[in-house]
Amino acid sequence: MIRRLFIANRGEIALRIARTAQRLGMTTIVGASQADVTSLPAQFADEVALIGPAPSAQSYLNVEAVIAAAVAARADAIHPGYGFLSENARFAEATIEAGMIFVGPDVTSLNAMGDKLMARSVGLAAGLPVVPGGEAATPEQAMARARETGFPVLLKAVAGGGGKGMKRVDRADDMPAMIAMAMSEAQAAFGDPRIYVERFIARGRHVEVQVLGDGHDALHLGTRDCSIQRRFQKLVEEAPAPQLADATRNGLEQAAVALTRHLAYRGAGTVEFLVDAQTGDFFFLEMNARIQVEHPVTEAITGVDLIEQQLLVAAGSRLGLTQDAIRPSGHAIEVRINAEDPAADFRPSPGRVTRARWPAGPGIRIDSHIATGWVIPPTYDSLMGKLIVWARDRPAAVALLASALATLSIEGVPTTAPLHRRIAADPRFVAGGVDTRFLEGLA
Amino acid sequence: MNEPFLTPEDIADIVAILDGSDYRELDVATARFRLTLRREGGGEAGGRWSQEWQWAAANGPAAVAVAVVQDTPAGLVAVAAPLPGAFYRAPAPGAAPFVEIGARVDGDTVVGIVETMKLMNPVHAGHAGEVVAIVADNGAMVEGGATLMHIRPHA
Repeated sequence: MIRRLFIANRGEIALRIARTAQRLGMTTIVGASQADVTSLPAQFADEVALIGPAPSAQSYLNVEAVIAAAVAARADAIHPGYGFLSENARFAEATIEAGMIFVGPDVTSLNAMGDKLMARSVGLAAGLPVVPGGEAATPEQAMARARETGFPVLLKAVAGGGGKGMKRVDRADDMPAMIAMAMSEAQAAFGDPRIYVERFIARGRHVEVQVLGDGHDALHLGTRDCSIQRRFQKLVEEAPAPQLADATRNGLEQAAVALTRHLAYRGAGTVEFLVDAQTGDFFFLEMNARIQVEHPVTEAITGVDLIEQQLLVAAGSRLGLTQDAIRPSGHAIEVRINAEDPAADFRPSPGRVTRARWPAGPGIRIDSHIATGWVIPPTYDSLMGKLIVWARDRPAAVALLASALATLSIEGVPTTAPLHRRIAADPRFVAGGVDTRFLEGLA
Repeated sequence: MNEPFLTPEDIADIVAILDGSDYRELDVATARFRLTLRREGGGEAGGRWSQEWQWAAANGPAAVAVAVVQDTPAGLVAVAAPLPGAFYRAPAPGAAPFVEIGARVDGDTVVGIVETMKLMNPVHAGHAGEVVAIVADNGAMVEGGATLMHIRPHA
């Protein structure tokens, strides 16, 4: 039983968590940095606890400061939201050691998904398909891997990330030179020459499955498609994933449930896959052991409050839902309204919002902490709010999205709204099932 | 606070009621907030509606120290912050600063970084010359356009 819930986050997700917790009769305490003590979630919560100065490293990412504030507030549970400390095993351990409930999975699950190579081996152990390939310590091993997977391949730095040291190789003849280049780049950038060989999937879609587990049972709440991204960050998400063959959809959902069972997972999680748009083959990427930014599209089609499910399971309850009871209906789309200028390479645009006129009405949900007159500080990420639409089918949802975006008016700072209007009007998006290269081809 | 807000479902219900009426706008002001629901575009039923919230206690500028904008002395030029954010003189904590007073720079020389919304933005000198003053402290929050350094341009 959770009576006093400490919310260790900020922005729209802190507000979202507080809404459900208050509906369930809990007293909510928002842990806020100095920059956020007068924010909307801090005003909406029953209590506010100051956790530190504005910079995240001294507040939202400071394990000791957050735990101390939660203990002082006599909280009996901490909800970490997403980002910040949500997947930090040390934070989860410290929460439990301080006698509180961590609203998230067991520490063993957090560790199992700790990095991408470890997630890959856990996925294999659970019987999930992973992108063909593997580590290669020498040029000879890399060549052998490439022969196994077939060309084209991608060479990636094991220690790398963010696209650094990544090389595409189309033919065996090019391999020796490319391997040498990739290894020396990896050594220079990361001090570690090891590379990783993976089959190159030309037209990949990012499809994920929402799961719930209670340590015994596991179930899924269908698919989400998040293929429209910039800098590996999602901009548009929809549920269910459109234009998927039934066999692919069933395969994804069953694989996600198999992994959730394999981990004896407790709580809400998301199993991410890369789907080859040409063949329908799918490959496990990783599992996000937390609530996701895009969870509202799943809530819209299933009617399940995922924050409520997280809180119930964290408090020790078994899942009250069964797979048969989950009957998704209709189609939902979410767009992220960020304080960024899409005309200037998504340059961040903090500042005062002189007007925030959000759309309203049936089928429209706004999750936002930004109203007219509010200031977006330069200290945190750029998400201002999420516009979520739901309709009986995808064409109606796309039409409602276009109409809602025409109504939306944010003044004072540039936002991603104009980009979303172009996406909603793009024939490829209207048809559905775009791959991750979508933004490159946007008119 | 304990006073429940209107939920997103409440707003959807209110708009559905208004949409079936002749009203074009609903303006509710309380001690805590003002909510304006407005029919956008044409007046027909099933049209588009907007919601605008204004809170009595909207947050002010982030409660952090902001570097003072100084006048630029005659004969010198200012290096301005490209964006609001945290100004850093070095590429990483503990690393050597990009430049010290007396450093010779050209227009493309990176003299610092401004961290905005988790992105590191390089600050370029913008002028060829000599760094004669570093105005903003390392780690200080600065406004966009705030003076970070003074440079004496080459003649």
